[in-house]
Amino acid sequence: MTEKVIYVMYDDEEVLKDGAKTLVSKGIKIADVFSPFPIHGIDPIIGVKNTRLGIMAFLYGLTGLMLATVGMRFFMVTDWPMNIGGKPNFSYLENMLAFVPVTFEFTVLCAAHGMVITYLLANKTLPGMPAHNPDPRTTDDRFVMEIRLSDNHQSSENEIDELLKNTGFVEIDKKEVN
Amino acid sequence: MEFKITKAAKNTILYVVLTGLLLLIIGLISGYNDPHFVTRLLTNGLINGFFFFALGLGALFFLALNYATESGWYASVKRVIEAVAGFLPYGMGLLGLFLLIITLFDGAHIYIWMDSEVVKHDEIIQGKTAYLNVWFFWIRTLIYFTTYFLFLRGFKRRSLEEDERGGTDLHFKNYKKGATFLVFFAVFSSTSAWDWLMSIDVHWFSTLYGWYTFAGMWCSSMVVLVITTMYLKKLGYLPKVNESHIHDLGKWTFATSFLWSYLWFSQFMLIWYANIGEEVTYYAMRIENFKFLYFAMFIINFAFPMLILMSRDAKRNFGILTFVGLIILTGHWLDVYIMVSAGSLGANATIGFIEVGMALMVLGSFVFVILRNLTKASLTPVNHPFLDESIHHDI
Repeated sequence: MTEKVIYVMYDDEEVLKDGAKTLVSKGIKIADVFSPFPIHGIDPIIGVKNTRLGIMAFLYGLTGLMLATVGMRFFMVTDWPMNIGGKPNFSYLENMLAFVPVTFEFTVLCAAHGMVITYLLANKTLPGMPAHNPDPRTTDDRFVMEIRLSDNHQSSENEIDELLKNTGFVEIDKKEVN
Repeated sequence: MEFKITKAAKNTILYVVLTGLLLLIIGLISGYNDPHFVTRLLTNGLINGFFFFALGLGALFFLALNYATESGWYASVKRVIEAVAGFLPYGMGLLGLFLLIITLFDGAHIYIWMDSEVVKHDEIIQGKTAYLNVWFFWIRTLIYFTTYFLFLRGFKRRSLEEDERGGTDLHFKNYKKGATFLVFFAVFSSTSAWDWLMSIDVHWFSTLYGWYTFAGMWCSSMVVLVITTMYLKKLGYLPKVNESHIHDLGKWTFATSFLWSYLWFSQFMLIWYANIGEEVTYYAMRIENFKFLYFAMFIINFAFPMLILMSRDAKRNFGILTFVGLIILTGHWLDVYIMVSAGSLGANATIGFIEVGMALMVLGSFVFVILRNLTKASLTPVNHPFLDESIHHDI
């Protein structure tokens, strides 16, 4: 099923923010904003939910912590007891201090890599994936607001056009997308 | 907006100080014929003198750090930082007074290297006398005090002057002075920790000790800053301070707790691993005499902030921040307590009337001085160049 999408381009992020505020106050839902850099304060205006990446980072960290603990216990105590500096090599707990740095590093490693991969997957920006932004100029110096008509059944296309007129855009583009 | 100390606050402070005084008097009467009485009293003086001095110094360091990095967000809480740093002269007075009495008592079994009878029979101390002797000790102490005091006075004067006339020349001057302070502080924070605290365990040394002391100081100061800010906010002052500022101060508390734990652990693990007789005595003494307190102190200073303050919401919640903050503050007081008294009293150290009483008395005076400092200037700096940025701080 195809639907109609309006792409409105601005050359200043503050102008876009003011425009978005006007639209949202009239009950128009903005699907997304494309920008070369993060626009400060745009999230609450267009209603982007708080990221849950932090929670995922915590879970990845816990995974790393557990893997490291299990791994170290197996490598250094169970499978082949290692005698380093005459420290007790038959017990994990008594040797725990020696394993803390490795466990810490592995926790950080898992949390960091997990976060990066999750971020790339969630945004569909893994290397080699096709670009999703509507216009290559949004990676340079332009800012684009995306409005989907299917999100805004209460207003007609003409009403939205009328509202957009005074927001100071530089270009407007309408596309049928899947 | 001008701050006025409320009657309730004045009464609470009075009760805290009076309770402390009462406990101290009970402790003095019941303990004066104890053979370790003088050492115990002076040990307490050193603990509280250093701990509260360090709270002021940590705030001064944080102020200088923000000047040197030209931070913007902190501008609207700057006066709170200045008020806490303003305790520094009183802290110096208290610490200096107890250091002087200890010196007059030939070290009072706290700094045994001050006692010439001990040094005569101790080869290890003899090897250190070039650095650890009373004259050089006092020259260094006075240099630290003078440097800190001059920088504090300069920052304060320029801050008030900025309120009057504004402009950016004062800002750039502060920037330079802040960076200069950090250079001095980088050296002095380590050497002063060696002088005042590490020399108690005079046979032992650790190169991490200065940073470890400094991290504890920084963390406790951040707790004081965040609690003071929330207190003022609760009374309806500081209208320009929003949740993001509290969140940032909470993050600093969280991060510095980690810094402290990291350094504590690094020092502990290296010594545990190497297992050299000269080095492990330090921990052997502490584990022998303070086993529960020593590890409980580490747990509350590390696990507590880690688990509770990790989420974003917790760092924006006044109740949670105050609760965790007070516990961390107690934890760091215990840290200083064990640092000092494990070396000076060892197995004879207890937490009794004298310890609690003196800590409460100094705490009450500390809070009073901070609140009085807050009344002396407008709570929001008027012409700080980054004030606008700070007002719109949003994270």
